[in-house]
Amino acid sequence: MSPLDETTDAVVATGVGKVFPAGNVTALEGVDLVVRSGEFVSLIGPSGCGKSTLLRLIADLDAPTSGTLTVFGKSAEKARIDQDYGIAFQQAGLLPWRTVSANIELPLELHGVGKAARKQRSAELLSLVGLTDFADRFPDQLSGGMQQRIAIARALAEQPSLLLMDEPFGALDEMTRERMQTELSNICAETGAAVVFVTHSIPEAVFLSDRVVVMSPRPGRIETVLSMDLGSASERAESLREDTAFFEMVTAVREALHQGAPARGVDDR
Amino acid sequence: MNGPASSAALRIGAPVALGVVVLVAWQLLVTLAGIDDYLLPSPLSIVEQMIEFWPALIAAIASTGLNALIGLVVGSIVGIAAALVASLSRFFDQLTAPIVAALAVVPIVALAPVLNTMFGADSEVGRRTMAGLAVFVPVFINTLRGLQQTRPVHRDLMRAYAATRPQTLRVLTLPAARGYIFTGIRIASSLAVISALVAEYFGGPRGGLGSLISTSASTSAYARAWAYVVGGIVLGLIFFLVTAALERLASPMSRSLTVTGRSK
Ligand SMILES: Nc1ncnc2c1ncn2[C@@H]1O[C@H](COP(=O)(O)OP(=O)(O)OP(=O)(O)O)[C@@H](O)[C@H]1O
Ligand SMILES: [Mg+2]
Repeated sequence: MSPLDETTDAVVATGVGKVFPAGNVTALEGVDLVVRSGEFVSLIGPSGCGKSTLLRLIADLDAPTSGTLTVFGKSAEKARIDQDYGIAFQQAGLLPWRTVSANIELPLELHGVGKAARKQRSAELLSLVGLTDFADRFPDQLSGGMQQRIAIARALAEQPSLLLMDEPFGALDEMTRERMQTELSNICAETGAAVVFVTHSIPEAVFLSDRVVVMSPRPGRIETVLSMDLGSASERAESLREDTAFFEMVTAVREALHQGAPARGVDDR
Repeated sequence: MNGPASSAALRIGAPVALGVVVLVAWQLLVTLAGIDDYLLPSPLSIVEQMIEFWPALIAAIASTGLNALIGLVVGSIVGIAAALVASLSRFFDQLTAPIVAALAVVPIVALAPVLNTMFGADSEVGRRTMAGLAVFVPVFINTLRGLQQTRPVHRDLMRAYAATRPQTLRVLTLPAARGYIFTGIRIASSLAVISALVAEYFGGPRGGLGSLISTSASTSAYARAWAYVVGGIVLGLIFFLVTAALERLASPMSRSLTVTGRSK
């Protein structure tokens, strides 16, 4: 967890490109993006446009082939080693031989947090994602949506100042999804964490984000960036979903998407 | 509760019933058809011999069992350690691959006379070495396989957490390999007993199952030879059951599944 320096941007990407040598795929090209500290930014775009790739570059799980990328003013590698971010992948990625609570405690355990503090933290997070009763189960005994919620709890375990989330709510039913969106919104308001959030859902992006980044298909580029201007995360309530301003933003994002390309893989939920 | 219990009863009961039927048929065949003892002794005469030579039988099981156990433990430790090194170092992997492939096709039994001479006729070391070699191969191969079972998303996770190599080994690589390692050990357990027993056919100290089987057979005590064969079967079974139980104990998931199964 880095010192929350309000003046340092969470992510600064300048002309970032990524070419995969396998098949010579250009996944990203000339991506310029600034995510300010505490800002919620969603990435939306057709399937295969490089959203996950961009997230992986920020997380230093892959290296860009061109351009520069800094996270809290340092190299992505340094930020990863300093544990400045928490991450939730497109797949839950829980360790099947660990119980639910042991999975949530994994990052704490690796970073030397004591047993009692770990227990307390995992209990907090379990109640946050509504799975307290499942603490001693194993992941295989849970539904896909429940596993995904555990993975989100795990990403939040160390209260990171940057959250990287790749379609974390994709496997959830609509009710749980909206509840988790509201929770995430509250968490961000509380912790002041910056979030880079990949989604296929336009309303989800609009509800959660300060800005929505619309990407175009291969080679992945930033098509447009839309500011949501729907108030800060703490002011956003369920009622926002029925607000006309909300629908206007949904329409604006949809139009931006359709301009770029036939919106394959993007739904209007 | 009824379902699993009755299926367990069936699972154990059916083979036992079959065994009894076979034994009775065997006894009847031998007595009614008057088959000679050297061809096929009757189950009752074998049991008689087992009772008569009970202390020697138990001592033989213990002696061969100890050799097999030492071979199993040492062979497994060396096999797991070598697989770990091979998984960490490509060079070592490529170095050992042909050696292991060669070991896998060499009938370990063929080494018995050589090893016996190597370690001296009055030593158990040759036999233990044979058991250890027989164990090493399946444990090494299975462990190496198991160490390659980590999923990309889990490796990404470890990288995201900036986990050190020993940490990754402890929380990811080894647990992912656990099932494979235990499968290797379970396969190896029978091989350990077979090798320790067969090694005794080629001389060395007396008193184990293998040497008593060959002495009994060569002095025409056929039923006694069979009594020691039964001892060998029992020993193999013990090794198999203990390693299978260890495998269950070592898996946190199967432990929890049996718990939830019982509570239902
Ligand atoms: N390791 C890799 N090797 C080669 N090509 C890759 C690799 N990873 C991704 N790609 C390619 O890069 C492009 C972008 O992939 P990416 O996973 O970032 O898309 P995405 O926007 O996350 O799609 P989705 O919405 O379906 O998750 C795709 O064409 C994909 O085939
Ligand atoms: Mg993706």
